[in-house]
Amino acid sequence: MEFNRRDAPFVTPATNVQSIMLQVLYALIPAALAYVWYFGPGLILNFIVAAIFCAAGEAAMLHIRGKSVETGLTDFSALVTAALLAFALPALTPWWVTATAALFGVVVAKHLYGGLGFNIFNPAMAGYVVAMVSFPMHMNLWTAPRMGDLDYHYMTILESARYMLTGTFPDYLSFDAISRATPLDTVKAGLRNLQTFEEIRVNSVMGDFGGRGWEWIGNYIAMGGAWLLMRKIIRWQIPFGVLAGLLIPSAILYFLEPGIHASPGFFMFSGGTMLCAFFIATDPVSAATSNKGRLIYGFGVGFLIFAIRTWGSYADGVAFAILMMNMSVPAIDYLTKPHIVGHDRGPKGLS
Amino acid sequence: MWIAVATITGLALIAGLLLSYAKQRFPAKSDDIVDSVNDLLPQTQCAQCGYPGCRPYAVAIVDGAANINLCPPGGEDTVRRLADLLGREPMPLEDTTRSDMSTTVAVIDESRCIGCMHCRSACPVDAIIGTHQLMHTVIASECTGCELCLPPCPVDCITLEVIR
Amino acid sequence: MSAAATYDLGKLHGGLRLPSEKEVSTTEKILHAPIPDQLVLPLTQHVGNPSQPIIGIGERVLKGQLIANTDGSLGAPIHAPSSGKIVAIEPWPVSRRNGETAPCIIIECDGNDQAIETAEIIVDYTKLDPDSLLHKIMQGGIVGLGGAVFPTAQKLMQAITAPLEHLILNGIECEPYISCDDMLMREYAADVIQGAQILMHALSLSQCHVAVESDKPEALIALGEALAQIDEPRIVLKQVPSIYPSGGEDQLVQLVTNKEVPSGGLPTDVGCVVQNVGTAAAINRWVCHGEPLISRVTTITGHGVAKPVNVLARIGTTIADIVTLAGGYTEHARQLIIGGPMTGRSVSTDRVPLVKASNCVLVLADEITQGNERPCIRCGECAEVCPIQLLPQQLYWFACADNEAKLRKFGLIDCIECGCCDLVCPSHIPLTADFRMAKGRMRELADEKARAERAKQRFETRNLRIRQEQEQRDKELANQKETARLFATSKIKAIVDRARKKSTDDQDEEQ
Repeated sequence: MEFNRRDAPFVTPATNVQSIMLQVLYALIPAALAYVWYFGPGLILNFIVAAIFCAAGEAAMLHIRGKSVETGLTDFSALVTAALLAFALPALTPWWVTATAALFGVVVAKHLYGGLGFNIFNPAMAGYVVAMVSFPMHMNLWTAPRMGDLDYHYMTILESARYMLTGTFPDYLSFDAISRATPLDTVKAGLRNLQTFEEIRVNSVMGDFGGRGWEWIGNYIAMGGAWLLMRKIIRWQIPFGVLAGLLIPSAILYFLEPGIHASPGFFMFSGGTMLCAFFIATDPVSAATSNKGRLIYGFGVGFLIFAIRTWGSYADGVAFAILMMNMSVPAIDYLTKPHIVGHDRGPKGLS
Repeated sequence: MWIAVATITGLALIAGLLLSYAKQRFPAKSDDIVDSVNDLLPQTQCAQCGYPGCRPYAVAIVDGAANINLCPPGGEDTVRRLADLLGREPMPLEDTTRSDMSTTVAVIDESRCIGCMHCRSACPVDAIIGTHQLMHTVIASECTGCELCLPPCPVDCITLEVIR
Repeated sequence: MSAAATYDLGKLHGGLRLPSEKEVSTTEKILHAPIPDQLVLPLTQHVGNPSQPIIGIGERVLKGQLIANTDGSLGAPIHAPSSGKIVAIEPWPVSRRNGETAPCIIIECDGNDQAIETAEIIVDYTKLDPDSLLHKIMQGGIVGLGGAVFPTAQKLMQAITAPLEHLILNGIECEPYISCDDMLMREYAADVIQGAQILMHALSLSQCHVAVESDKPEALIALGEALAQIDEPRIVLKQVPSIYPSGGEDQLVQLVTNKEVPSGGLPTDVGCVVQNVGTAAAINRWVCHGEPLISRVTTITGHGVAKPVNVLARIGTTIADIVTLAGGYTEHARQLIIGGPMTGRSVSTDRVPLVKASNCVLVLADEITQGNERPCIRCGECAEVCPIQLLPQQLYWFACADNEAKLRKFGLIDCIECGCCDLVCPSHIPLTADFRMAKGRMRELADEKARAERAKQRFETRNLRIRQEQEQRDKELANQKETARLFATSKIKAIVDRARKKSTDDQDEEQ
């Protein structure tokens, strides 16, 4: 009997890129539900707009580059970029701001560098930073979370869509009525005004431990991240590194100079910390590859987040921290090559 | 503002002076460069570049007398590597007609060889052995396929055969 | 005494726990295959040079008779697996060449299975010195039956030149589907143990570890009982966890002794000798029973055969005959592999014969097609599972870029092609195949570089010679000129002197 020939190994890998990306999206669902509960349906609309533009940008670039559009789109990496953007951008971002961020991220930060697997910078963060720097006013208008205030109005999905597409509110609303500074903004402004952290804490937007709304979103994201860890989609080194890099300096300063710094617990659950630790920094393409390198990378991200929040002018700082560590990934990889079995244990990386 | 301009200009001048001093004090050894360039050449010694061998060509490149795209057996790869090494612009090969020399070797037809020694003197790597009035033969493992032995043979008994 | 003890084991990085797929082929005892009508013996069934036939076409041979011998270089002799007539010595499809042909001796069996006289072959090995014992082993055609088929005698002769501490018997069968060593240990445990004793004598070692995976309880019990019966305290059983690829020679050394075999080196560099349990049993059958290596246990399995089983078959039986013993092909049979699913060879035809290396015949039901290969997403899973702690991701980039220097620096030549990285890659990149090609390319480039270096040396030597010849000629010319000048000067002087003398004489005469 005759047979066809092939090369070993004769096995099909159990994982694939699509299933990894989809699981990342599934892990975000609990956090998305909490977000919509606290801040309104803007997240969903942002995600739809971002997804449309990410997919369109990716399809266009793949076509221009002569690659298979179907293969490129069906790995769902564009959807993950869109999801991260949706979480990063304020809930009522106008559609053209979202579109700019999405297009810049996918077209410039990803495809102009070579496409999936070749980008140095995290596309979602690159897009976010471009939007942040180009449209600072729109990027700093955050909606108030659901707090049980009497005059709080929870915008419906149609009202949200209308605002995002046309920029107009229903007659009885104005932006001042529904917007509120984020907890991190409040802390930063308060500390600048020489209030102590305990005094700032009193503000109702500060919530119980991490800022109203954000603390629960942070929790759910952490749970989603824990699920990804269990499924071995991500490994522990990066989340551990980010949290350690943020919490250790924060704890040191909190105890050395109490009152004028936010508590480590607050840092951990507020803003984009958890999202960064489990979903953004763990993007495999732009992160370091060896385990030791990942610890260093994660620690660097965490420390930079802490530095920007404490001494910098941005309230959150996740995006810039990520981009700066992305730049140093080639150096980290070079210096943390593992020892090859059977080789001499010479000076690391520099041999 | 003028203080800032002056400071930056001053720093730039200092940096420039330091760099030129370093260039004088630690000049790049030109022998090393010639060796590095020679190492990138395929060592066919075929003289297609117009120089009698790879090392003379390397010397000419370093002196600036020759372009880096004159070596057909080296191919585009060699042009690219030379461009990388010397910081010059890579350019297309001058002449690609005889670029696959590494896959051929010369073979002497022993029934026609008259033992005249012309091919032996022509071989740049001494890959032909033989003496007056006695049989000549090509050491196939050392032949670079440069074809310099073909013209001098008065009885045209040398052919090229593809080995790879 | 307890069946096995788990000692402190060394640590192996990476590796994978693979589904064993061995249950179907281990439910029945080893099937003893009948003598087939025809036996095909390839002349190369080992690492080294092909053996040379010493018999002619038409000759009658007996079972165990020497039919091809080495020419003194690395190789192993080949013996007739059964009695019959030599009908041809010609090309025949072989598994080593994936179904392409190679020279083979073809025997038409007469069915009598008549053996040569074994009385004078059997020796009491305890009375032989190690050298003579190794020469004896060489005559038996014994090669490494774990798959590497390195001639055992030559391997041991090299080993005894180094200081040795451990003899390790490799009973680890970590690749899925393969169960031949498991069944051998269950049913021929005594042969394995006695083979270990012979090896200890040949290597002058006093300790031997037999490594067996912990998911093979029957084999552990059988070996334990065999050890208890002969009361051999020098041999100990070592249980290891079942992780692929801990059965590789270097990996096993690391697991048992916690020492790393140096890159490009051998286990003897760290004082270890590793032998497969099948090789040990074969050594015993030859030295103590006079039967050279003419048969082996092979697993026939996979969804493409009806009744997976292990068979004890003569070397030279065609795979087609072997598959018949396993109930024939099912209608799903798609791919024929000699070896395991991770490191086996896919062959194009079942006419290829069973050879000394054939530990498994795997008939797969799905034609594994190349999936959609996506770009590498730098997830790093490949580095997590690599037993050599390489960075397959970096090697992949460098292989695509043909960057020979970086491939060498990142250790491509240390890759054992185990296939673990392929299995965990979400982008379905055929890493192992890429690395195989890259290794070939590196060899090519190294060859080219060596040739270019030699051409450069010869060119420079020739230039030097021409320069020296020129200098020689110039020097001689200068000498000649000088001599001529001096000679001319002295000659002129002589003429002038003579003229002067003559004029003086003339003057004297006139006066």
